[in-house]
Amino acid sequence: MIPLDQLAKGELATIETIETDKLPLKLIEMGCLPGNEISLIQKAPFSDPLYLKIDESHLAIRKETAQHIFVRLIK
Amino acid sequence: MSRSLNIALLGNPNTGKTSVFNRLTGLNQKVGNYPGITVEKKEGVCKLNRTTKAHIIDLPGTYSLNASSMDESVVIELLLNKKSKDYPDVAVVVTDVENLKRNLLLFTQVKDLGIPTLLVINMSDQMKRKGISLDISQLETQLDTKIALVSTRENKGLDRLKELLVNYRQLSIKPTIELESIDAAYFENLQKAFPNQQLYKLWLVITQDVNFAKIDRNRVSDATDFKTQSESYLKRMQQKETVKRYQFINSILKEVMIIDRDAATDLRSRLDRILIHKFWGYIIFFVILMTIFQSIFDWSSIPQDFIDTTFASLSEQAKTKLPEGVFTSLLAEGIIPGLGGIVIFIPQIAFLFLFISILEETGYMSRVVFLMDRGLRRFGLNGKSVIPLISGTACAIPAVMATRNIENWKERLITILVTPFTTCSARLPVYAILIALVIPEGSFLGLNYQGLTLMFLYLVGFGMALISAWVLSKTLKIQSKSYFVVEMPNYKLPLLKNVGITVWEKTRSFVTEAGKIILAISILLWVLASYGPGKEFSEAEQIVTENYTELKGEDLSNKINAYRLEHSYIGILGKSIQPIIAPLGYDWKIGIALICSFAAREVFVGTLATIYSVESDAEETIKNKMASEVRADGKPLFNLASGISLMLFYAFAMQCMSTLAIVKKETNSWKWPMIQLFGMSLLAYVIAFSTYQILA
Repeated sequence: MIPLDQLAKGELATIETIETDKLPLKLIEMGCLPGNEISLIQKAPFSDPLYLKIDESHLAIRKETAQHIFVRLIK
Repeated sequence: MSRSLNIALLGNPNTGKTSVFNRLTGLNQKVGNYPGITVEKKEGVCKLNRTTKAHIIDLPGTYSLNASSMDESVVIELLLNKKSKDYPDVAVVVTDVENLKRNLLLFTQVKDLGIPTLLVINMSDQMKRKGISLDISQLETQLDTKIALVSTRENKGLDRLKELLVNYRQLSIKPTIELESIDAAYFENLQKAFPNQQLYKLWLVITQDVNFAKIDRNRVSDATDFKTQSESYLKRMQQKETVKRYQFINSILKEVMIIDRDAATDLRSRLDRILIHKFWGYIIFFVILMTIFQSIFDWSSIPQDFIDTTFASLSEQAKTKLPEGVFTSLLAEGIIPGLGGIVIFIPQIAFLFLFISILEETGYMSRVVFLMDRGLRRFGLNGKSVIPLISGTACAIPAVMATRNIENWKERLITILVTPFTTCSARLPVYAILIALVIPEGSFLGLNYQGLTLMFLYLVGFGMALISAWVLSKTLKIQSKSYFVVEMPNYKLPLLKNVGITVWEKTRSFVTEAGKIILAISILLWVLASYGPGKEFSEAEQIVTENYTELKGEDLSNKINAYRLEHSYIGILGKSIQPIIAPLGYDWKIGIALICSFAAREVFVGTLATIYSVESDAEETIKNKMASEVRADGKPLFNLASGISLMLFYAFAMQCMSTLAIVKKETNSWKWPMIQLFGMSLLAYVIAFSTYQILA
């Protein structure tokens, strides 16, 4: 299990746990929930922000937020 | 008998909610602000059938009823306030067929409030291309509502929507999920305490940090005392609630929606590969910006020249055709130039918003935010601040209006406050004449000094904008806890109707709102320049004729005008500030020009022309005249020290009443424009002062 910001570009993973208290509810509502698939589409320079596909949503979040989401790589 | 019903349009951003609104209301809409806050309030009227009229409110885009920004608070405040005159008889939730799952989350929340809720599935034209098929009637049954399948792009499905709206009483108001199943004990207690209230409504009041002051506090708000659990416990319950809603939605969509991924053509990933590329993404953005910037300059200059000459000739005609007198003078020298000063901004505003709304509509703007966020965050700005900062080089007014896209209030405010530092086009004529006057010709490493000076002034403007943004971000104590979560929407062709309405709406609101203030100040400046105390002013003609017997014709009347201006109130004001501006290297004539520059910076040149009583506005003549001005000790007035000091003063001072007017409108208070006026001008003074003292 690794924090989301350590995912490499193009990798697909499943969300394992999230630190609910540290994440905006908006992100959770957009599909950032344990069990959902997540893939990293692109990183901006300095790996921040991250462009993700979470469930069916395409969105960008900052690295500091991504550190509170833990994922497991799908082979 | 005709009847009217209230309709509220809700939906996630990027679902085409505003397109639906535009299709329904056309130009029968007005945009204002919610009282006391700067959230845009869009409302319009639509005829549903022969007897039914609808008053439609296009609520700000929101992902859920759990508000995280001021825009979103507006939505839930309205939905919880039955006493509001805008409280909807029926709510319409607009969704995008491609993001149906996520969009339905909001639908279930709205429906759970017990408001008759109708579902619009937009962008039906995309279904085939994306390989989506939907069983609409099954979905209607499962969600217990009515559905209008709409394509705003192809103008389809809107008649069905109107028909459903007329028959809104048939809509069910049964909640979609049972909150009790999240935490039975908690919710049963809550319901027992407030037996007459809807459970979800109570839950929202408890969890939302919004201003319920205006809402009927009877009973409902007592629920805020019902925080028997810790905040983090409440948040975990909100998460459970979200999971519950998604379970409900997923179980339905599994039955009614089929997505054939092989049929989908993926424009997004192909465009994203290049548009947000680590290197090419920036190059492309830079090229797009340059193009926009150039066209704002080039394309606007044609109508602007036309506006300029038209108002000048109008003013001239008023002067010659109307009988002489105070009224004519007010009309020809106060009102007409004042109106001209408003109209002249229209081309730049219209062009900027043409480009901005195209960038928004296509989905490219979110990519810009993605690219720029990291760099600008360091200065307390936001990825979205880039557009205002760059367009500020044309004119600060449309630039300030363009900050509306920034959701975070603190970052938006900082962007508004620092944008006027960027070198706008009105500073150019001032720089041009001063550079020609005090910077020697000649070159350094093949770059000529004059060009370098101009470039330096542009860089100084940007630099000061970034520095002051950083300072403001450290000093302003504004709570804004909104997080950075930016949706990256699909790429789309812009809808012309939406672009047109945006351009029209921005231009109209500038003319009506900021225009009033600009006109008022123009008239005030006219009064100050056309009246003066004592004989010096009233008998200027006689005094000049007697003292300058050698002057004739035009030379004489120029001298009279100059003499009059010197002894008008504005002239006296200019003289009275002389002690203050003398350490900067300026005399009272420059003082008058500084005060008049408040109408618009470029007025500097024209004012000096009047004061030096030169016959034409031709730059060469004014330049020669300025070059020959001397101080008491016989040295030239404009030398390197005073020239650079003056340029830096223009670079930093807040001298533009139009910008102040628009900042007042955008921030809804005089506090921020006043901070700009005094803060920037003080900064300009200190810098010009030290420059002159060091160089002189």
